[in-house]
Amino acid sequence: MEVKPPIPQIPPPAWSQFKDLQEWEKYHQTRPQDDKTSNALASIADAIHHMPGGWIVTTSTEKIFNWARKSSIWPVTFGLACCAIEMMATFASRFDVERFGMVPWASPRHSDLMIVSGTVTIKMAPMLKRIYDQMPDPKWVVSMGSCANSGGPFRHGYHVVKGVDRVVPVDVYVPGCPPTPDSLMYGLLKLQAQVDEFQKTGKRPASDPRGA
Amino acid sequence: MNAIADGGLAVTLPRERWQEFGRFAREELGCRYFNWLSAVDWKDQGLEVLCRVENLDAALVLTMRTRLAAGETACPTLTALYRGADWMERECYDMFGVVFEGHPDLRRILLSEDWEGYPLRKDYAVDTPFAPYR
Repeated sequence: MEVKPPIPQIPPPAWSQFKDLQEWEKYHQTRPQDDKTSNALASIADAIHHMPGGWIVTTSTEKIFNWARKSSIWPVTFGLACCAIEMMATFASRFDVERFGMVPWASPRHSDLMIVSGTVTIKMAPMLKRIYDQMPDPKWVVSMGSCANSGGPFRHGYHVVKGVDRVVPVDVYVPGCPPTPDSLMYGLLKLQAQVDEFQKTGKRPASDPRGA
Repeated sequence: MNAIADGGLAVTLPRERWQEFGRFAREELGCRYFNWLSAVDWKDQGLEVLCRVENLDAALVLTMRTRLAAGETACPTLTALYRGADWMERECYDMFGVVFEGHPDLRRILLSEDWEGYPLRKDYAVDTPFAPYR
């Protein structure tokens, strides 16, 4: 009875096999070569920044942008396990995160935040990565609960990813098993404080703790 | 044959008589309800396949068990007798690597198709760090 150690192979995402989906994905993930508008805007911002006193304009613009970003963080509706129940309670009227401008949205293409609420299995990880890839930049991830943080009680199971930060970069870790709505709300407020310090579109304020 | 704790009967069978006794349980004893099928890994003493069939009208609970020899993974299938054995045997193949001879569609059912190893065996390397996700 010979048993080989497990080597999970990650299947390629579905869009990599179909031509039209490839073009769709490329259109949404990369800036096209002849995108004159974005280049012009970037060069205008650069020129303003390098004028005498121009940094006052650009930094205050960043402040306004960050205020807008942190006031309308839309989490994608994505529940994995029992933590999702607490997440739903947080979204519901008693705790009401909508007063922070957070609307649970049923499409990753319109969302800014993914709350990983529960155990990530090895089979689920490619799908989670795919939903994350579909979200437009800038995007944030909140890891909710012990399972998403480190694997939790299932850490030594054969099928569990030992922390969702092995799949996607995480901005805020919320401990608990499961975290109460109060804990999650505290984490979301921490995330808002982090978004407020967000420096530049497409870049993260703090480097990934795992060095990835 | 001996009684077990929850009022049922347990029958230990040789591997060759697995299907034969299954047919007897279904046709003669009227156990038409296939409850579950699973396996136990007894390490160097080989695998043991168990299944439970029930006669719901007569409240007869029957546990069939057979021991495969050490290193042996082949076991006869019960899918010809019970439709419900189909996915149970696929799961047993998935988790323990028991190859059910004569099963019409023996593929992995819960784990991905390119998974290597059988995770519920005792000698499965659970905590080995492997790319990309653990």
